[in-house]
Amino acid sequence: MNHEITGRAWVFGDSIDTDAMYPGFAMKLPVPEAARHVFYDLRPGWTDQVRPGDIVVAGRNFGIGSSRPVAALMRQLGVAALVAEEFNSLFLRNAINNGLPALTVPGVRGLVREGDQVTIHLTEGWLEAGGQRVTVPPLPPMVLDILDAGGLLPRLTADGYLRPAGSAR
Amino acid sequence: MGMTAIEKILARASGRDQVGAGDTVVCRVDMNVLIDMMFANWPDVVKIADPDRTAIIMDHAVPAPTLSDANAGTVARKFAREFGVSRFFDVGRHGICHQVIAENALALPGQVLTCTDSHTCAAGAYNAAARGLGPPEVISILCTGQTWYSVAPTIRYELTGELPAGIGGKDVFLYLAGTWGDATNHNLEFGGPGLASVPMNDRRTIATQCAEVSADFATFEFDERCAEFLQANDAGEYAPAVPDKDAAYADLRVIDLSTMQPYVARPGKVSGNALPVSQVEARPVNQCFVGSCANGQLEDLRIAAEIMSGRQVAPGVRMIVTPASQAVYRDAMRLGYVQALAEAGAVVTNSTCGACFGYHMGVVGDGEVCLTASTRNFRGRMGSPTAEIYMASTATVAASAITGHITDPREPLA
Repeated sequence: MNHEITGRAWVFGDSIDTDAMYPGFAMKLPVPEAARHVFYDLRPGWTDQVRPGDIVVAGRNFGIGSSRPVAALMRQLGVAALVAEEFNSLFLRNAINNGLPALTVPGVRGLVREGDQVTIHLTEGWLEAGGQRVTVPPLPPMVLDILDAGGLLPRLTADGYLRPAGSAR
Repeated sequence: MGMTAIEKILARASGRDQVGAGDTVVCRVDMNVLIDMMFANWPDVVKIADPDRTAIIMDHAVPAPTLSDANAGTVARKFAREFGVSRFFDVGRHGICHQVIAENALALPGQVLTCTDSHTCAAGAYNAAARGLGPPEVISILCTGQTWYSVAPTIRYELTGELPAGIGGKDVFLYLAGTWGDATNHNLEFGGPGLASVPMNDRRTIATQCAEVSADFATFEFDERCAEFLQANDAGEYAPAVPDKDAAYADLRVIDLSTMQPYVARPGKVSGNALPVSQVEARPVNQCFVGSCANGQLEDLRIAAEIMSGRQVAPGVRMIVTPASQAVYRDAMRLGYVQALAEAGAVVTNSTCGACFGYHMGVVGDGEVCLTASTRNFRGRMGSPTAEIYMASTATVAASAITGHITDPREPLA
Protein backbone atom coordinates (compact mmCIF):
# COMPACT_ATOMS: atom_id res chain seq x y z
CA MET A 1 0.00 0.00 0.00
CA ASN A 2 1.14 3.52 -0.83
CA HIS A 3 1.60 5.27 2.50
CA GLU A 4 1.04 8.72 1.02
CA ILE A 5 -2.58 9.22 -0.01
CA THR A 6 -4.06 12.26 -1.73
CA GLY A 7 -7.76 12.72 -2.33
CA ARG A 8 -10.77 15.00 -2.34
CA ALA A 9 -12.32 15.47 1.11
CA TRP A 10 -15.89 14.90 2.22
CA VAL A 11 -16.45 16.41 5.66
CA PHE A 12 -18.88 15.03 8.26
CA GLY A 13 -19.72 15.91 11.87
CA ASP A 14 -19.30 14.40 15.33
CA SER A 15 -20.54 11.00 16.54
CA ILE A 16 -21.47 9.72 13.09
CA ASP A 17 -22.84 6.28 13.99
CA THR A 18 -22.68 3.03 12.06
CA ASP A 19 -26.46 2.99 11.53
CA ALA A 20 -26.00 6.16 9.44
CA MET A 21 -23.41 4.37 7.28
CA TYR A 22 -24.62 0.76 7.22
CA PRO A 23 -28.36 0.78 8.08
CA GLY A 24 -30.03 -2.41 9.28
CA PHE A 25 -32.01 -2.88 6.08
CA ALA A 26 -28.78 -2.80 4.03
CA MET A 27 -27.49 -5.78 6.00
CA LYS A 28 -29.91 -7.88 3.97
CA LEU A 29 -28.09 -6.91 0.75
CA PRO A 30 -24.84 -8.05 -0.89
CA VAL A 31 -21.94 -5.61 -0.27
CA PRO A 32 -22.11 -3.85 -3.69
CA GLU A 33 -25.81 -3.08 -3.15
CA ALA A 34 -25.42 -2.26 0.53
CA ALA A 35 -22.75 0.28 -0.42
CA ARG A 36 -25.42 2.30 -2.24
CA HIS A 37 -26.94 3.18 1.14
CA VAL A 38 -23.96 4.70 2.98
CA PHE A 39 -25.13 8.01 4.55
CA TYR A 40 -28.57 7.29 2.98
CA ASP A 41 -30.35 9.67 5.36
CA LEU A 42 -27.56 11.99 6.51
CA ARG A 43 -26.38 12.85 2.98
CA PRO A 44 -28.86 11.43 0.44
CA GLY A 45 -27.28 10.89 -2.99
CA TRP A 46 -23.71 10.88 -1.61
CA THR A 47 -22.91 7.47 -3.04
CA ASP A 48 -23.52 8.88 -6.55
CA GLN A 49 -21.13 11.77 -5.88
CA VAL A 50 -18.23 10.03 -4.14
CA ARG A 51 -15.40 9.03 -6.48
CA PRO A 52 -12.63 6.47 -6.16
CA GLY A 53 -9.73 8.01 -4.26
CA ASP A 54 -11.85 10.36 -2.13
CA ILE A 55 -11.17 10.75 1.59
CA VAL A 56 -13.87 10.86 4.28
CA VAL A 57 -13.15 13.33 7.09
CA ALA A 58 -15.18 13.34 10.31
CA GLY A 59 -15.24 14.81 13.79
CA ARG A 60 -15.08 13.25 17.21
CA ASN A 61 -16.15 9.73 18.12
CA PHE A 62 -16.37 8.69 14.47
CA GLY A 63 -18.12 5.36 13.97
CA ILE A 64 -19.79 4.76 17.35
CA GLY A 65 -22.07 1.75 17.19
CA SER A 66 -22.03 -1.67 15.60
CA SER A 67 -19.34 -4.05 14.43
CA ARG A 68 -20.94 -4.19 10.98
CA PRO A 69 -18.12 -3.71 8.47
CA VAL A 70 -18.73 -0.19 7.18
CA ALA A 71 -15.17 -0.19 5.82
CA ALA A 72 -16.10 -2.89 3.31
CA LEU A 73 -18.79 -0.57 1.93
CA MET A 74 -16.40 2.40 1.88
CA ARG A 75 -13.85 0.35 -0.04
CA GLN A 76 -16.57 -0.77 -2.44
CA LEU A 77 -17.20 2.93 -3.15
CA GLY A 78 -13.47 3.50 -3.68
CA VAL A 79 -12.91 5.62 -0.57
CA ALA A 80 -9.12 5.76 -0.12
CA ALA A 81 -8.89 6.65 3.57
CA LEU A 82 -10.74 7.85 6.67
CA VAL A 83 -9.54 10.78 8.77
CA ALA A 84 -11.17 11.88 12.02
CA GLU A 85 -10.58 14.02 15.04
CA GLU A 86 -11.22 10.86 17.07
CA PHE A 87 -12.34 7.32 16.19
CA ASN A 88 -14.46 4.83 18.07
CA SER A 89 -11.93 2.03 18.60
CA LEU A 90 -14.09 -0.76 17.17
CA PHE A 91 -14.71 1.30 14.04
CA LEU A 92 -11.00 2.07 13.72
CA ARG A 93 -10.03 -1.60 14.04
CA ASN A 94 -12.70 -2.56 11.54
CA ALA A 95 -11.30 -0.07 9.02
CA ILE A 96 -7.71 -1.28 9.38
CA ASN A 97 -8.73 -4.94 9.38
CA ASN A 98 -10.69 -4.41 6.17
CA GLY A 99 -7.65 -2.75 4.58
CA LEU A 100 -8.91 0.84 4.77
CA PRO A 101 -6.36 3.34 6.17
CA ALA A 102 -7.64 5.45 9.07
CA LEU A 103 -5.69 8.32 10.59
CA THR A 104 -6.53 10.27 13.74
CA VAL A 105 -5.89 13.99 13.27
CA PRO A 106 -7.09 16.20 16.13
CA GLY A 107 -8.30 19.55 14.81
CA VAL A 108 -8.74 18.24 11.25
CA ARG A 109 -12.12 19.89 10.78
CA GLY A 110 -10.57 23.30 11.33
CA LEU A 111 -8.14 22.61 8.49
CA VAL A 112 -10.17 20.83 5.87
CA ARG A 113 -13.24 22.05 4.00
CA GLU A 114 -15.49 19.92 1.87
CA GLY A 115 -13.96 19.41 -1.59
CA ASP A 116 -10.41 20.31 -0.52
CA GLN A 117 -7.47 18.30 -1.78
CA VAL A 118 -6.01 16.50 1.24
CA THR A 119 -2.81 14.48 1.58
CA ILE A 120 -2.02 12.15 4.46
CA HIS A 121 1.10 10.12 5.18
CA LEU A 122 0.61 6.99 7.26
CA THR A 123 4.24 6.24 8.17
CA GLU A 124 5.54 9.80 8.46
CA GLY A 125 2.42 10.88 10.33
CA TRP A 126 1.08 14.09 8.81
CA LEU A 127 -1.87 15.64 7.03
CA GLU A 128 -1.62 18.48 4.54
CA ALA A 129 -4.47 20.66 3.29
CA GLY A 130 -4.63 24.22 1.93
CA GLY A 131 -0.88 24.67 2.26
CA GLN A 132 -0.89 23.74 5.97
CA ARG A 133 0.64 20.63 7.46
CA VAL A 134 -0.12 19.08 10.87
CA THR A 135 1.87 16.22 12.30
CA VAL A 136 0.31 13.30 14.16
CA PRO A 137 1.59 9.98 15.49
CA PRO A 138 2.22 7.63 12.53
CA LEU A 139 0.37 4.32 12.36
CA PRO A 140 2.13 1.64 14.44
CA PRO A 141 4.04 -1.10 12.53
CA MET A 142 1.48 -3.77 13.52
CA VAL A 143 -1.29 -1.74 11.89
CA LEU A 144 0.78 -0.95 8.80
CA ASP A 145 1.49 -4.65 8.32
CA ILE A 146 -2.26 -5.33 8.15
CA LEU A 147 -2.85 -2.47 5.70
CA ASP A 148 0.11 -3.54 3.55
CA ALA A 149 -1.41 -7.01 3.31
CA GLY A 150 -4.71 -5.47 2.14
CA GLY A 151 -6.49 -6.34 5.38
CA LEU A 152 -6.72 -9.34 7.68
CA LEU A 153 -8.40 -11.78 5.30
CA PRO A 154 -5.76 -11.45 2.54
CA ARG A 155 -3.09 -11.90 5.21
CA LEU A 156 -4.79 -15.02 6.56
CA THR A 157 -4.96 -16.34 2.99
CA ALA A 158 -1.25 -15.62 2.47
CA ASP A 159 -0.50 -17.40 5.74
CA GLY A 160 -2.41 -20.50 4.65
CA TYR A 161 -5.36 -20.22 7.06
CA LEU A 162 -7.86 -19.50 4.29
CA ARG A 163 -8.11 -20.87 0.77
CA PRO A 164 -7.96 -18.23 -1.96
CA ALA A 165 -11.47 -17.33 -3.12
CA GLY A 166 -12.55 -19.48 -6.03
CA SER A 167 -9.85 -22.14 -5.56
CA ALA A 168 -10.75 -25.83 -5.71
CA ARG A 169 -10.82 -27.85 -2.50
CA MET B 1 2.84 0.54 39.54
CA GLY B 2 -0.52 -1.08 40.20
CA MET B 3 -2.88 -2.28 37.51
CA THR B 4 -6.61 -1.90 36.89
CA ALA B 5 -8.74 -5.02 36.47
CA ILE B 6 -8.55 -4.77 32.68
CA GLU B 7 -4.79 -4.30 32.74
CA LYS B 8 -4.46 -7.38 34.96
CA ILE B 9 -6.43 -9.49 32.49
CA LEU B 10 -4.51 -8.23 29.46
CA ALA B 11 -1.21 -8.78 31.28
CA ARG B 12 -2.04 -12.39 32.04
CA ALA B 13 -3.36 -13.06 28.54
CA SER B 14 -0.25 -11.54 26.94
CA GLY B 15 2.19 -13.26 29.29
CA ARG B 16 3.52 -10.01 30.75
CA ASP B 17 4.10 -8.92 34.34
CA GLN B 18 3.02 -5.36 33.77
CA VAL B 19 0.62 -3.67 31.35
CA GLY B 20 -0.41 -0.03 31.37
CA ALA B 21 -2.28 2.53 29.30
CA GLY B 22 -0.53 3.15 25.98
CA ASP B 23 0.92 -0.36 25.69
CA THR B 24 0.09 -2.60 22.75
CA VAL B 25 -0.26 -6.26 23.67
CA VAL B 26 -0.90 -9.51 21.82
CA CYS B 27 -3.32 -11.65 23.83
CA ARG B 28 -4.33 -15.27 23.77
CA VAL B 29 -8.13 -15.33 23.46
CA ASP B 30 -9.88 -17.68 25.90
CA MET B 31 -13.21 -17.78 24.05
CA ASN B 32 -14.07 -16.53 20.56
CA VAL B 33 -17.76 -16.29 19.69
CA LEU B 34 -19.05 -16.34 16.11
CA ILE B 35 -22.59 -15.25 15.23
CA ASP B 36 -24.98 -16.09 12.40
CA MET B 37 -24.54 -12.88 10.37
CA MET B 38 -20.84 -13.64 9.81
CA PHE B 39 -21.65 -16.70 7.76
CA ALA B 40 -23.29 -14.65 5.00
CA ASN B 41 -19.76 -13.67 3.87
CA TRP B 42 -17.79 -16.68 5.01
CA PRO B 43 -14.30 -17.45 3.71
CA ASP B 44 -13.00 -20.94 2.91
CA VAL B 45 -11.27 -21.78 6.20
CA VAL B 46 -8.41 -24.31 6.10
CA LYS B 47 -7.49 -24.62 9.78
CA ILE B 48 -8.59 -23.16 13.10
CA ALA B 49 -6.69 -22.62 16.35
CA ASP B 50 -8.93 -24.50 18.78
CA PRO B 51 -12.55 -25.67 18.43
CA ASP B 52 -12.89 -25.73 22.22
CA ARG B 53 -12.11 -22.03 22.47
CA THR B 54 -14.76 -21.34 19.83
CA ALA B 55 -18.53 -20.97 20.07
CA ILE B 56 -21.13 -20.29 17.38
CA ILE B 57 -24.38 -18.61 18.41
CA MET B 58 -27.33 -18.07 16.08
CA ASP B 59 -28.93 -14.83 17.17
CA HIS B 60 -29.35 -11.82 14.90
CA ALA B 61 -31.61 -13.26 12.24
CA VAL B 62 -33.30 -16.42 13.51
CA PRO B 63 -35.41 -18.15 12.41
CA ALA B 64 -34.14 -16.87 9.07
CA PRO B 65 -36.22 -13.93 7.80
CA THR B 66 -34.48 -13.86 4.40
CA LEU B 67 -33.04 -16.39 1.98
CA SER B 68 -29.52 -15.06 2.53
CA ASP B 69 -29.91 -15.58 6.29
CA ALA B 70 -31.16 -19.11 5.65
CA ASN B 71 -28.13 -19.85 3.50
CA ALA B 72 -25.81 -18.34 6.11
CA GLY B 73 -27.31 -20.80 8.61
CA THR B 74 -26.47 -23.69 6.31
CA VAL B 75 -22.85 -22.49 6.08
CA ALA B 76 -22.65 -22.17 9.88
CA ARG B 77 -23.96 -25.71 10.44
CA LYS B 78 -21.53 -27.18 7.94
CA PHE B 79 -18.62 -25.27 9.49
CA ALA B 80 -19.49 -26.38 13.04
CA ARG B 81 -19.70 -30.00 11.90
CA GLU B 82 -16.49 -30.01 9.83
CA PHE B 83 -14.35 -28.30 12.49
CA GLY B 84 -15.85 -30.01 15.53
CA VAL B 85 -17.21 -26.90 17.24
CA SER B 86 -19.35 -28.48 19.95
CA ARG B 87 -20.48 -25.16 21.45
CA PHE B 88 -22.88 -24.55 18.59
CA PHE B 89 -26.12 -22.87 19.67
CA ASP B 90 -28.40 -23.51 16.72
CA VAL B 91 -32.05 -22.48 16.42
CA GLY B 92 -33.83 -24.08 19.36
CA ARG B 93 -30.81 -23.71 21.69
CA HIS B 94 -30.31 -20.16 20.47
CA GLY B 95 -30.49 -16.71 21.98
CA ILE B 96 -28.81 -13.35 21.76
CA CYS B 97 -25.12 -14.18 21.98
CA HIS B 98 -24.45 -12.18 25.16
CA GLN B 99 -27.28 -13.96 26.96
CA VAL B 100 -26.09 -17.38 25.75
CA ILE B 101 -22.54 -16.48 26.79
CA ALA B 102 -23.88 -15.74 30.29
CA GLU B 103 -26.08 -18.83 30.56
CA ASN B 104 -23.25 -21.12 29.53
CA ALA B 105 -20.49 -19.34 31.46
CA LEU B 106 -18.48 -18.82 28.27
CA ALA B 107 -17.08 -15.61 29.76
CA LEU B 108 -15.14 -16.17 32.97
CA PRO B 109 -13.52 -13.78 35.42
CA GLY B 110 -9.99 -12.80 34.45
CA GLN B 111 -10.35 -14.13 30.91
CA VAL B 112 -10.45 -12.66 27.39
CA LEU B 113 -13.60 -13.12 25.31
CA THR B 114 -14.07 -11.88 21.74
CA CYS B 115 -17.13 -11.78 19.53
CA THR B 116 -18.23 -9.95 16.43
CA ASP B 117 -20.97 -7.97 18.07
CA SER B 118 -20.42 -4.50 19.46
CA HIS B 119 -22.19 -5.31 22.73
CA THR B 120 -19.65 -7.97 23.66
CA CYS B 121 -18.61 -5.63 26.49
CA ALA B 122 -21.68 -7.21 28.18
CA ALA B 123 -19.47 -10.01 29.51
CA GLY B 124 -17.55 -7.43 31.52
CA ALA B 125 -20.34 -7.98 34.07
CA TYR B 126 -18.51 -11.24 34.86
CA ASN B 127 -15.09 -9.61 35.32
CA ALA B 128 -13.97 -10.62 31.81
CA ALA B 129 -12.09 -8.54 29.24
CA ALA B 130 -14.65 -8.65 26.47
CA ARG B 131 -15.19 -6.32 23.55
CA GLY B 132 -16.75 -6.32 20.12
CA LEU B 133 -14.58 -6.78 17.05
CA GLY B 134 -15.30 -6.79 13.33
CA PRO B 135 -15.91 -9.98 11.34
CA PRO B 136 -12.39 -10.20 9.78
CA GLU B 137 -10.79 -9.93 13.20
CA VAL B 138 -12.96 -12.65 14.69
CA ILE B 139 -12.08 -14.87 11.72
CA SER B 140 -8.41 -14.08 12.37
CA ILE B 141 -8.81 -15.09 16.04
CA LEU B 142 -10.60 -18.25 14.93
CA CYS B 143 -7.53 -19.14 12.84
CA THR B 144 -4.70 -17.92 15.09
CA GLY B 145 -6.20 -17.95 18.61
CA GLN B 146 -4.95 -14.46 19.42
CA THR B 147 -5.32 -10.76 18.74
CA TRP B 148 -3.83 -7.40 19.75
CA TYR B 149 -5.09 -4.56 21.90
CA SER B 150 -3.92 -1.02 22.46
CA VAL B 151 -4.44 -0.56 26.18
CA ALA B 152 -6.62 2.49 26.84
CA PRO B 153 -6.68 4.53 30.07
CA THR B 154 -9.29 3.31 32.58
CA ILE B 155 -12.05 5.34 34.21
CA ARG B 156 -13.20 3.95 37.56
CA TYR B 157 -16.84 4.12 38.63
CA GLU B 158 -17.13 3.77 42.38
CA LEU B 159 -20.64 2.66 43.34
CA THR B 160 -21.99 3.62 46.76
CA GLY B 161 -25.40 3.23 48.43
CA GLU B 162 -28.14 0.85 47.34
CA LEU B 163 -30.49 0.93 44.35
CA PRO B 164 -34.05 1.97 45.29
CA ALA B 165 -36.77 -0.58 44.47
CA GLY B 166 -37.98 -0.35 40.89
CA ILE B 167 -34.81 1.29 39.61
CA GLY B 168 -32.73 -0.81 37.22
CA GLY B 169 -29.32 -1.00 35.64
CA LYS B 170 -30.73 0.85 32.64
CA ASP B 171 -31.47 3.88 34.82
CA VAL B 172 -27.95 3.78 36.26
CA PHE B 173 -26.45 3.58 32.80
CA LEU B 174 -28.61 6.38 31.39
CA TYR B 175 -27.65 8.54 34.36
CA LEU B 176 -23.98 7.76 33.70
CA ALA B 177 -24.29 8.44 29.96
CA GLY B 178 -26.29 11.61 30.54
CA THR B 179 -23.89 12.93 33.17
CA TRP B 180 -20.44 12.11 31.81
CA GLY B 181 -21.07 11.52 28.09
CA ASP B 182 -18.65 9.67 25.84
CA ALA B 183 -15.74 7.57 27.06
CA THR B 184 -14.19 7.07 23.63
CA ASN B 185 -10.87 5.20 23.77
CA HIS B 186 -11.24 4.54 27.50
CA ASN B 187 -11.91 1.43 29.55
CA LEU B 188 -14.52 1.54 32.31
CA GLU B 189 -14.21 -0.28 35.63
CA PHE B 190 -17.09 -0.67 38.10
CA GLY B 191 -16.72 -1.50 41.77
CA GLY B 192 -17.08 -0.07 45.23
CA PRO B 193 -19.19 -0.75 48.32
CA GLY B 194 -22.48 -0.34 46.40
CA LEU B 195 -21.70 -3.13 43.94
CA ALA B 196 -22.99 -5.89 46.22
CA SER B 197 -26.52 -4.45 45.97
CA VAL B 198 -26.55 -4.55 42.16
CA PRO B 199 -28.07 -7.78 40.77
CA MET B 200 -26.21 -9.61 37.99
CA ASN B 201 -28.86 -8.78 35.37
CA ASP B 202 -28.45 -5.07 36.10
CA ARG B 203 -24.68 -5.35 35.94
CA ARG B 204 -25.03 -6.88 32.51
CA THR B 205 -27.37 -4.13 31.32
CA ILE B 206 -24.78 -1.56 32.39
CA ALA B 207 -21.81 -3.43 30.90
CA THR B 208 -23.67 -4.04 27.63
CA GLN B 209 -24.53 -0.41 27.17
CA CYS B 210 -21.02 0.88 27.70
CA ALA B 211 -20.79 0.50 23.91
CA GLU B 212 -23.14 3.50 23.74
CA VAL B 213 -20.58 5.73 25.43
CA SER B 214 -18.00 4.39 22.98
CA ALA B 215 -15.89 2.63 25.64
CA ASP B 216 -13.34 -0.11 24.84
CA PHE B 217 -13.68 -2.60 27.71
CA ALA B 218 -16.16 -2.31 30.59
CA THR B 219 -15.39 -4.58 33.54
CA PHE B 220 -17.02 -5.15 36.90
CA GLU B 221 -15.14 -6.25 39.96
CA PHE B 222 -15.65 -9.85 40.96
CA ASP B 223 -17.64 -10.59 44.14
CA GLU B 224 -19.69 -13.27 45.88
CA ARG B 225 -22.78 -12.44 43.86
CA CYS B 226 -20.85 -13.00 40.64
CA ALA B 227 -19.40 -16.25 42.00
CA GLU B 228 -22.90 -17.56 42.81
CA PHE B 229 -24.13 -16.65 39.36
CA LEU B 230 -21.24 -18.46 37.69
CA GLN B 231 -21.64 -21.52 39.88
CA ALA B 232 -25.33 -21.71 38.99
CA ASN B 233 -24.27 -21.79 35.33
CA ASP B 234 -21.68 -24.56 35.82
CA ALA B 235 -18.66 -22.36 35.25
CA GLY B 236 -15.25 -24.01 35.02
CA GLU B 237 -12.16 -22.82 36.90
CA TYR B 238 -11.18 -19.20 36.79
CA ALA B 239 -8.98 -16.60 38.48
CA PRO B 240 -10.67 -13.21 38.98
CA ALA B 241 -8.82 -9.98 38.17
CA VAL B 242 -8.69 -7.75 41.24
CA PRO B 243 -7.59 -4.15 40.61
CA ASP B 244 -4.60 -2.98 42.63
CA LYS B 245 -5.11 -0.27 45.24
CA ASP B 246 -2.49 1.88 43.51
CA ALA B 247 -3.82 1.32 39.99
CA ALA B 248 -3.67 4.38 37.73
CA TYR B 249 -7.06 5.73 36.67
CA ALA B 250 -7.78 8.48 34.16
CA ASP B 251 -10.70 9.55 36.33
CA LEU B 252 -12.57 8.41 39.43
CA ARG B 253 -16.32 8.96 39.41
CA VAL B 254 -18.75 8.19 42.23
CA ILE B 255 -22.33 7.04 41.63
CA ASP B 256 -24.57 7.08 44.72
CA LEU B 257 -27.06 4.37 43.79
CA SER B 258 -29.57 5.53 46.41
CA THR B 259 -30.16 8.74 44.41
CA MET B 260 -31.02 6.95 41.17
CA GLN B 261 -34.40 7.55 39.51
CA PRO B 262 -35.96 6.51 36.18
CA TYR B 263 -34.10 8.02 33.25
CA VAL B 264 -35.02 8.42 29.58
CA ALA B 265 -32.67 9.03 26.65
CA ARG B 266 -34.14 11.25 23.97
CA PRO B 267 -33.89 10.23 20.28
CA GLY B 268 -30.66 10.25 18.29
CA LYS B 269 -27.99 9.20 20.75
CA VAL B 270 -27.67 7.86 24.26
CA SER B 271 -24.55 9.66 25.37
CA GLY B 272 -25.13 13.13 26.79
CA ASN B 273 -28.81 12.83 25.93
CA ALA B 274 -30.57 11.32 28.96
CA LEU B 275 -32.74 13.02 31.57
CA PRO B 276 -34.89 11.99 34.53
CA VAL B 277 -38.29 10.87 33.22
CA SER B 278 -39.88 13.79 35.09
CA GLN B 279 -38.00 16.19 32.81
CA VAL B 280 -38.90 14.43 29.53
CA GLU B 281 -41.97 15.24 27.48
CA ALA B 282 -44.86 12.76 27.97
CA ARG B 283 -44.78 11.79 24.28
CA PRO B 284 -47.52 9.45 23.04
CA VAL B 285 -45.88 6.25 21.79
CA ASN B 286 -46.71 3.89 18.91
CA GLN B 287 -44.42 1.03 19.86
CA CYS B 288 -42.92 -0.13 23.13
CA PHE B 289 -40.11 -2.68 23.05
CA VAL B 290 -38.58 -4.81 25.79
CA GLY B 291 -35.77 -7.02 24.54
CA SER B 292 -32.15 -7.15 23.34
CA CYS B 293 -28.93 -8.24 25.03
CA ALA B 294 -29.33 -5.35 27.47
CA ASN B 295 -32.92 -5.85 28.63
CA GLY B 296 -34.38 -9.12 27.38
CA GLN B 297 -33.32 -11.00 30.50
CA LEU B 298 -35.65 -13.06 32.67
CA GLU B 299 -35.77 -10.27 35.25
CA ASP B 300 -36.93 -7.85 32.52
CA LEU B 301 -39.79 -10.15 31.58
CA ARG B 302 -40.71 -10.47 35.25
CA ILE B 303 -40.78 -6.69 35.70
CA ALA B 304 -42.83 -6.16 32.53
CA ALA B 305 -45.26 -8.95 33.48
CA GLU B 306 -45.77 -7.59 37.00
CA ILE B 307 -46.50 -4.08 35.74
CA MET B 308 -48.79 -5.23 32.93
CA SER B 309 -50.56 -8.04 34.73
CA GLY B 310 -54.31 -7.36 34.91
CA ARG B 311 -53.94 -4.28 32.69
CA GLN B 312 -54.17 -3.70 28.96
CA VAL B 313 -51.81 -2.17 26.43
CA ALA B 314 -53.21 1.27 25.50
CA PRO B 315 -55.16 1.49 22.23
CA GLY B 316 -52.88 2.43 19.34
CA VAL B 317 -49.78 1.04 21.05
CA ARG B 318 -47.86 -2.11 20.12
CA MET B 319 -45.95 -3.74 22.97
CA ILE B 320 -43.26 -6.15 21.73
CA VAL B 321 -41.37 -8.36 24.17
CA THR B 322 -38.41 -10.40 22.92
CA PRO B 323 -36.76 -12.79 25.40
CA ALA B 324 -32.96 -12.72 25.18
CA SER B 325 -32.74 -16.48 24.73
CA GLN B 326 -34.73 -19.64 24.29
CA ALA B 327 -33.88 -20.45 27.92
CA VAL B 328 -35.32 -17.11 29.07
CA TYR B 329 -38.41 -17.86 26.99
CA ARG B 330 -38.85 -21.26 28.62
CA ASP B 331 -38.36 -19.89 32.13
CA ALA B 332 -40.71 -16.97 31.48
CA MET B 333 -43.33 -19.41 30.24
CA ARG B 334 -42.95 -21.68 33.27
CA LEU B 335 -43.20 -18.69 35.63
CA GLY B 336 -46.33 -17.32 33.93
CA TYR B 337 -44.75 -14.13 32.58
CA VAL B 338 -45.50 -14.96 28.94
CA GLN B 339 -49.14 -15.62 29.79
CA ALA B 340 -49.47 -12.35 31.74
CA LEU B 341 -47.85 -10.32 28.97
CA ALA B 342 -49.93 -11.91 26.22
CA GLU B 343 -53.15 -11.37 28.18
CA ALA B 344 -52.23 -7.69 28.56
CA GLY B 345 -52.03 -7.46 24.78
CA ALA B 346 -48.25 -7.63 24.41
CA VAL B 347 -46.65 -9.70 21.64
CA VAL B 348 -44.01 -12.06 22.99
CA THR B 349 -41.69 -13.03 20.14
CA ASN B 350 -39.07 -15.67 19.58
CA SER B 351 -35.63 -14.82 20.95
CA THR B 352 -33.48 -12.83 18.52
CA CYS B 353 -31.77 -9.46 18.12
CA GLY B 354 -34.79 -8.62 15.92
CA ALA B 355 -36.33 -5.20 16.47
CA CYS B 356 -33.31 -3.77 18.30
CA PHE B 357 -31.39 -3.40 15.05
CA GLY B 358 -34.37 -2.76 12.80
CA TYR B 359 -34.02 -6.03 10.94
CA HIS B 360 -37.19 -7.99 11.70
CA MET B 361 -40.06 -8.54 14.17
CA GLY B 362 -40.89 -5.00 15.20
CA VAL B 363 -39.48 -2.55 12.63
CA VAL B 364 -40.86 0.98 13.24
CA GLY B 365 -42.49 3.02 10.49
CA ASP B 366 -42.21 6.58 9.19
CA GLY B 367 -42.89 9.23 11.82
CA GLU B 368 -43.62 6.72 14.58
CA VAL B 369 -42.51 7.12 18.19
CA CYS B 370 -40.91 4.12 19.85
CA LEU B 371 -39.95 3.76 23.50
CA THR B 372 -37.41 0.99 23.83
CA ALA B 373 -35.49 -0.80 26.56
CA SER B 374 -33.04 -2.13 23.94
CA THR B 375 -29.56 -0.84 23.21
CA ARG B 376 -29.60 2.05 20.74
CA ASN B 377 -31.74 5.04 19.81
CA PHE B 378 -29.72 6.15 16.78
CA ARG B 379 -31.63 7.69 13.89
CA GLY B 380 -32.96 4.89 11.69
CA ARG B 381 -31.78 2.23 14.11
CA MET B 382 -35.10 0.42 14.43
CA GLY B 383 -36.49 1.13 10.96
CA SER B 384 -37.52 4.45 9.46
CA PRO B 385 -35.07 7.35 9.85
CA THR B 386 -38.06 9.58 10.59
CA ALA B 387 -39.12 7.42 13.57
CA GLU B 388 -38.15 8.80 16.99
CA ILE B 389 -36.62 6.33 19.40
CA TYR B 390 -36.66 7.08 23.12
CA MET B 391 -34.86 4.73 25.50
CA ALA B 392 -35.69 3.77 29.09
CA SER B 393 -35.78 0.90 31.57
CA THR B 394 -38.08 -2.08 31.20
CA ALA B 395 -40.30 -0.71 34.00
CA THR B 396 -40.67 2.64 32.24
CA VAL B 397 -41.40 0.96 28.90
CA ALA B 398 -44.02 -1.37 30.41
CA ALA B 399 -45.77 1.44 32.31
CA SER B 400 -45.77 3.59 29.17
CA ALA B 401 -47.31 0.79 27.12
CA ILE B 402 -50.26 0.86 29.54
CA THR B 403 -50.73 4.65 29.56
CA GLY B 404 -49.82 5.18 25.90
CA HIS B 405 -47.25 7.88 26.61
CA ILE B 406 -43.85 8.13 28.30
CA THR B 407 -44.63 7.51 31.95
CA ASP B 408 -42.77 7.39 35.26
CA PRO B 409 -43.21 3.76 36.40
CA ARG B 410 -43.40 4.92 40.02
CA GLU B 411 -46.73 6.64 39.31
CA PRO B 412 -49.84 4.59 40.10
CA LEU B 413 -51.31 3.04 36.94
CA ALA B 414 -55.04 2.81 36.37
